[in-house]
Amino acid sequence: MKAWLGLSVTLIIVVAAAGAPWIAAHDPLLADFAAGLKPPGTPGHPLGTDQLGRDLLARVLYGARLALFIGACTVIVTGIVGGLLGLLAGFVERWPSAVVMRIADVQLSFPFILLALTINAIVGLGLRNIILSLSAAGWVVYARVVRGEVLSVKQRDYVHAAAALGVGRARLLFRHVLPNVAPSIVVVASLQFSQFVVAEAAISFLGFGVQPPTPAWGSMLSESRDFLYVAWWLAAFPGLALALTALGVNLLGDWLRDTFDPKLRV
Amino acid sequence: MRRYLLARLAQTVLVVFLSLTAVFGMVRLTGDPVLLFMPMDIQAKDVEEFRERLGFNDPLAVQYTRFLAAAVRGDFGDSLRYRRDAFGLVLERLPATLLLAGAALGLTLVVAVPLGVLSAVRRDTAFDHVGTVVTVLGQATPGFWLGLMLIYVFAVQLRWLPTGGMGTAAHVVMPAVVLAAFYSARVARLTRSAVLDTLGEDYVLTARAKGLAETRVIGKHTLRNSAIPIVTLAGLEAGQLLGGAVVTETIFAWPGLGRLTVQALLNRDFPVVMAAVSFTSIVYTLMNLLVDVAYGWLDPRVRKT
Repeated sequence: MKAWLGLSVTLIIVVAAAGAPWIAAHDPLLADFAAGLKPPGTPGHPLGTDQLGRDLLARVLYGARLALFIGACTVIVTGIVGGLLGLLAGFVERWPSAVVMRIADVQLSFPFILLALTINAIVGLGLRNIILSLSAAGWVVYARVVRGEVLSVKQRDYVHAAAALGVGRARLLFRHVLPNVAPSIVVVASLQFSQFVVAEAAISFLGFGVQPPTPAWGSMLSESRDFLYVAWWLAAFPGLALALTALGVNLLGDWLRDTFDPKLRV
Repeated sequence: MRRYLLARLAQTVLVVFLSLTAVFGMVRLTGDPVLLFMPMDIQAKDVEEFRERLGFNDPLAVQYTRFLAAAVRGDFGDSLRYRRDAFGLVLERLPATLLLAGAALGLTLVVAVPLGVLSAVRRDTAFDHVGTVVTVLGQATPGFWLGLMLIYVFAVQLRWLPTGGMGTAAHVVMPAVVLAAFYSARVARLTRSAVLDTLGEDYVLTARAKGLAETRVIGKHTLRNSAIPIVTLAGLEAGQLLGGAVVTETIFAWPGLGRLTVQALLNRDFPVVMAAVSFTSIVYTLMNLLVDVAYGWLDPRVRKT
């Protein structure tokens, strides 16, 4: 039930994002001052228009593309970086483990959103930098989880057996340990995905991250504040899309965890 | 217990020291720091003078030592915007954030913990299912969007509550609800699973077999034992309120630490940024220490690890 709901919601968002140019009849950036602030249900603009007369449906749909793109990129970058560092820390132990774990402790001494926000304010605005900032703040979770998994997996008999047969360290790590840690990485990635998407929206909402006129949900919500008295739909729909995305991916992540790794806590 | 305490304390000191180093590193190693510390309206010819005045021409090691020595005394320099002691500004904003976080925490304990306990006790009933739906929705709803929607309904349409600012009790309601929403959802889920775990224990079965009243089985045998994971996890999650405050305070123009941080970042007022971020990190670390110590005190098994 949970899995089906999560899967269908996620699928709807993905299809909406992929099909944005075909579903939306308008260019998300095209202003039409004569048609500004039209309410939902206006012919030609099912979700209404914003203060510049841009079609809200088109902007929400293109926003989905951006949100999923940022979420996917961040999850891949953090998965690779955090995964590799976790593998290293768990497999080699001694000082690499100590170094990675101390860095993790330090990063975890800042609330995630504050760290990502501060890094973003320093490295600068834009799409590439928001992915960079979220990744820099988010890789720690993978490193911790993967390290813990590696520590337990490498004690298993098949790893000892492979080592006894004279398998090299690199091959041992990537052929025998990594495949057995991979499910955890996938579970963490799915649980982290919505956190990254929401964090990106929050950071763009605060005036950093992705800048207008690019249709990002966070910056759309930020602009909607000035029109809250006259145009509720500008605040309602981008946020609804964001909440639905988080809901779908969360449910999917919960299901993946229950299936592959019930004891995992993120 | 003493050894455990000392070890955790030493670790905390190390993390605080490394966090300060990280704050220094973040601001210094990402390009020319003068560009971060300069007022916006400065003339090009003054840049060099500014660089010299702020000591950015000294070797990095000297700057680092100077930063650390000043930081432990609570000196992060003067705010570029307010022309006053940056750390003083941070301390001034602290009570507002504590009030908000306290209200959110109280709300969570009153709503989320009973919800979680009842869901577990009445597992698979309609109540449990509704509770699960509410918590899943609560976790998926971004706080800043919830805030905007609440403002629209209760401030714009119904005119029951003010849109923002601080002053009367009515001002606290919406920010506290928004801050508590996500946190409550987590705590309710954690409580439910912690109580369910305990309900499966042998001593609960024994208590029931003895013929104890159900209220006593739940109230005494179950709740006391599931309190440990609830306290720990709720405590660890409480730190996230500090992160949540960054966004919530901005929406509701709440004059706390989070809003100060966001404004300082927007104004590129980096002495205030460094003071606020370092302070938040230290408070967060100390909260984690407190939770760990409480955990060790509640559950002797922990001290040995």
